Amino acid sequence: MEVRGLVKRYGELTAVDGVDLTVNAGDVYGYLGPNGAGKTTSLRMMLGLIRPSAGTVRLFGRDPMESVTALQGVAGFVEAPTFYPYLNARRNLELLAAYDGHDAKRKIAAALDTVELSDRAKDRVGTYSHGMRQRLGIAAALLRDPKLLLLDEPATGLDPAGMRDMRLLVRRLADQGMTVLLSSHLLTEVEDVCNRVAIVRSGRIVYEGEIATLKRGAGTSYRLETTDDTLALRICGAQPGVTDARLNEHGRITLTADEPAVTVLSQALVEAGALIKALAPETVTLEDLFFSFTEGDGVAPGPRPPEPAHAT
Amino acid sequence: MPSVATVYRWELFKLRFQKRTYLGLGAAILVPILFVLAIHFRHHHGHGDFAFAGYLDRSGLAVPLVVLLFGAVWLFPLITALVAGDIFASEDHNGTLKTILTRSLERWQLFAGKTLAASTYAIVAIFLCGTVAVIAGSIQSGFNSLQSLSGTIVSAPKALELVYVSLLVYLMPIAAIVCIGLLLSTITRNSAAAVVGTLMISLVIQLVGILPGLGGLQPYLLSTQFNAWQGLLRTPIDWTPIIRAAWVCALYGLPALFGAFLVFIRRDVAGG
Repeated sequence: MEVRGLVKRYGELTAVDGVDLTVNAGDVYGYLGPNGAGKTTSLRMMLGLIRPSAGTVRLFGRDPMESVTALQGVAGFVEAPTFYPYLNARRNLELLAAYDGHDAKRKIAAALDTVELSDRAKDRVGTYSHGMRQRLGIAAALLRDPKLLLLDEPATGLDPAGMRDMRLLVRRLADQGMTVLLSSHLLTEVEDVCNRVAIVRSGRIVYEGEIATLKRGAGTSYRLETTDDTLALRICGAQPGVTDARLNEHGRITLTADEPAVTVLSQALVEAGALIKALAPETVTLEDLFFSFTEGDGVAPGPRPPEPAHAT
Repeated sequence: MPSVATVYRWELFKLRFQKRTYLGLGAAILVPILFVLAIHFRHHHGHGDFAFAGYLDRSGLAVPLVVLLFGAVWLFPLITALVAGDIFASEDHNGTLKTILTRSLERWQLFAGKTLAASTYAIVAIFLCGTVAVIAGSIQSGFNSLQSLSGTIVSAPKALELVYVSLLVYLMPIAAIVCIGLLLSTITRNSAAAVVGTLMISLVIQLVGILPGLGGLQPYLLSTQFNAWQGLLRTPIDWTPIIRAAWVCALYGLPALFGAFLVFIRRDVAGG
C-alpha cells in the first residue's frame, strides 16, 4: 500500500494533513497516534469509504476511490467492526460472503474456527460482547482471503485476556504471510506485534520507520545518582554526547547518551568530586518515544535523532 | 462479483428480521379488518358521501376500494415510508454501511438492490391490504357485483379484476413515495427523520390541494394521483387520470430517486 500526500479537510479542520506511508509485503505496520490524530480518517480513505481532499492511496497499485475492485486482496474494519444485530454470526458472514462473491461462503467455518466463535455462530450478534464482535470482525475479514489486513484499533475496549488473544491472533495471521496495518494508541500492542510504525500527530506523520531503528536512534537512557546531583547535572550539561540531562519527578537525574559518552562522563564526575552511587541504563520503550513525538514539541529524545520524519 | 440480485435477496432476507416490516405489513392486514368490523358494528347504516360508500353493505368488493380511498391520507404513505425511509438510514445507524461497502460490492449495486427491496415491500403491503380487504369484505357483505362510478353494474369477477388493477394503478403514487423515502433516508441518515419526513411531505402535498386559490394545482399534486384508479371504475374506462398519474408520479419520484442515488454514490461513509 502506498499513500502519498493524503489530506482530508472538514471545513476549517484538517483531520489528515499530508500523510505519506508505504506498507510493504510482509510488514506488520503500526499506525500510532493519540485519539483524534487522524488514524481512523486515514483508514477510511485507504478503504475508499471517504474521498480524500488531496493525495492518493494505492492498494496493490489500484485506487480504492475508483472502483471496489481495488479492494481485492484487502480486508479489515474501521472503528469497531459492525454487523446486523438481529442476524446471527453465521448469517452475517453469509451475507458478507455473498457480497464478496466467488467461494467466500466456503471459508465461513474455517474463519469462525480461527477466531474461536464456532460454538456461538448461531447466536444473534446483538447478544455478543465487544470482544466477540472484534473477533467476528477478523473472521469477516478472513473470508476475503486478504493479502493486506487493515485493522483499526483491534484491541481497544477488550479486557486484558482479550487484548492478549487479539495480539496472538494478529501475530498468527502475520506469521501466515499476511501483511497487516493496524492503527492503535495501545503501545504494548504495537510494540509486541509490529515491525514498523508510523506515528501520527494532529494529522501529520512525525515518524515512519522500523521500531528497532527508532529505538536505536533515540539512544540509551541512563539513571544517575551521585553524592552531589547539582554538580553532576552541571557536568552532564557540559559533556559532549550527553543530552536531555534533567532531574526527573523522583528527584533523580536521567540522561541520554551512547556508551563512549557515558564512560567519559563517569570519569568527569569522579574527577569533579561527584561520586557515583548508581549509573544504570534504562530501556527506552516505544511508549517513551511515542510521548516524545506526540506531546510537547514533538522532538524525539536522544543524541542521534531517528531518521527524518516524513511529515509533509 | 456479486450482482444486484444478490443484494436484493439479502435485503429481503434482512427485512424478515426487522420489526418495522411486521409493523407495516401488520397495519396493512389489520386496517381492512378493523374497517370491516366497524361496518359490521356500526349503528347508523346511512351512506357516506364518498365513492362506493353505498355499496359497503352490498358487496365486499367495495371494501378494498374504500380502504384505498382513505389509506391515501396517511396509512399507505406511512407503511411505505417505514421501510423506504429506513433502508439506508438504518445502515448508518448500525454502522454496517462501512462493513458492506468494503466488500466486493459497488455502491450502485447496493443502491439498486435496496431500492428494489423497498419497492417490493411496498407492493407486498398494498396487495396484502387489498387481498385482506377483499376477503374480509366478502365475508361481511358477500362476493357480489358492484356498481361502477358511472352507474353500471359490474359482475363480481370483473369487479375483482378491477380491484387488483386499481391496486396496480395505486402503486404509481406509492412508488413516488418510496423514492421520496429513499431520498430522505440517504440525506438524513436518520431513520425516524426519514420516515416522519416522508409522511410529512405526503401530508403537506395534500394540504396544498385544499388551500384556497391553489385549486389549479390539484391535478398535478401527488395526493391526487392516489385517486387515479377511479378511472378504471368508470364505463368506459377513463384513462386520463391514470395516464396523468403516470407522468406526475414520475415527476415526483424520478428526481427524488436520482437525488438519492447521487447522494449515496458520492457521500463519505464517515459514520456508518
